[in-house]
Amino acid sequence: MKLSLEVNKTLHELDVPPNTLLVDLLRVNLALTGTHVGCDTSQCGACTVLLNNRAVKSCSVLAAQIEDCKITTIEGIGTADDLHPMQVAFRECHALQCGFCTPGMIMQAIDLVENTPNLDKRGIREGLEGNICRCTGYHNIVRAVASVAGAVD
Amino acid sequence: MQLFNYHKPTSLDEASSLYRMAEDPIYLGGGMTLIPTMKQRLASPTDVIDLSGIDQMRGVVVSRKSVSIGALTCHNEIANNAEIQSTLPVLSSLAKLIGDNQVRNRGTLGGSIANSDPAADYPASVVALGATIYTQDRTISGDVFFQALFETALEPGEIITRVEFQVPTRAVYQKFPNPASRYAVVGVLVADFAGEIRVGVTGAGPCAFRARDMEAVLNRALDPDGLQELGLSEVEFNSDLHASGEYRAHLLHVLVRRAIVELVALD
Ligand SMILES: Cc1cc2nc3c(=O)[nH]c(=O)nc-3n(C[C@H](O)[C@H](O)[C@H](O)COP(=O)(O)OP(=O)(O)OC[C@H]3O[C@@H](n4cnc5c(N)ncnc54)[C@H](O)[C@@H]3O)c2cc1C
Ligand code: FES
Ligand code: FES
Repeated sequence: MKLSLEVNKTLHELDVPPNTLLVDLLRVNLALTGTHVGCDTSQCGACTVLLNNRAVKSCSVLAAQIEDCKITTIEGIGTADDLHPMQVAFRECHALQCGFCTPGMIMQAIDLVENTPNLDKRGIREGLEGNICRCTGYHNIVRAVASVAGAVD
Repeated sequence: MQLFNYHKPTSLDEASSLYRMAEDPIYLGGGMTLIPTMKQRLASPTDVIDLSGIDQMRGVVVSRKSVSIGALTCHNEIANNAEIQSTLPVLSSLAKLIGDNQVRNRGTLGGSIANSDPAADYPASVVALGATIYTQDRTISGDVFFQALFETALEPGEIITRVEFQVPTRAVYQKFPNPASRYAVVGVLVADFAGEIRVGVTGAGPCAFRARDMEAVLNRALDPDGLQELGLSEVEFNSDLHASGEYRAHLLHVLVRRAIVELVALD
């Protein structure tokens, strides 16, 4: 089926089978491999991207469902020379080790900070519920998000 | 996932006729249950009919007595809608406890109720808040909507368009979440309608139900100690790797007690 959608501010016209998942469209058709597949069963959040500025698990969304929508992936928020403030905060707070969960964590954190009034540390912990990290113990991730949100305990 | 035909109708009539014409059709709401199920090949429909283009299934209408919510409304919209927060705060706080942020951004009220997962949250509110389920051509009382494990009063092809909840004087939702999935091991919604208490329960049995034995006791006196006179209820409790039936039966009492304490403190 023919689809048009905007990914990282670029309009794409694609022709894909109706059972294509958004994550496969990103990774295979558009070669945007920064979005990771951890569990492929909607649990881990590694595949999180922004759909019209809201975090979703791209392994659980059909490409067909999002005709004419706006997608932002980790590749769309900053460049190596000009990182997004959330990426800077993750680096400074040592909020990653292997880095596998990081793209999903960052996209989720951006949704949280942009769409939650009065975000505090508890709100950040609850807000990251859908993202699993096997390495960091979460503490530094929460610290990084809190520093961007200006959140206190 | 097996290949299927994808349709995105813009009216209820179009959706119904697509459903009638297809060999093995299924409706798609937010996809948070259906898409993982199809990926596991536990469902392999020939035709997926995406309801998200039907504008009639959107929108929130709030009055003093009731709150009517379009079936396509996602969990985060219900959690964050200012009118629902002020008129029916218990529903916003329940929605906020569902799964995680990503699931709440996609999953819909209609999809959750149509699915009748024994551990889903909204079903407790449907039975406790005297809800009415609207479909293309009839209304169904919340009291008879959930029939068994993953079974509802919906006929094949029937679409939930809206759900109308009655506004109680005060109400509390208490849930013991599974620590991994956040689904309810047991969840209870206790509502007070001008002195008449209703207790909706999810997670405990094959589908959501009203704990009428508890309601009878609490309608005599709104005192959780009164519940001690009840044995464990006659409902058959779920038993799985998360909790035994006996554990759930006990948890139900604990949660109703907590809900009453919180309810009484509300004013
Ligand atoms: C990681 C994870 C955690 C979760 N945790 C929770 C939780 O804590 N509590 C909770 O309650 N739920 C939880 N859920 C489930 C979530 O709330 C789903 O959104 C919900 O169960 C289904 O809604 P949906 O819109 O995604 O429906 P879909 O997945 O699209 O559809 C589900 C079923 O309903 C049917 N359907 C959909 N819409 C309609 C309609 N309008 N009329 C008739 N039939 C329809 C479909 O045909 C399908 O059979 C979780 C899900 C995930 C993936
Ligand atoms: S890969 Fe999508 S949630 Fe794990
Ligand atoms: S940094 Fe390794 S999984 Fe999170």
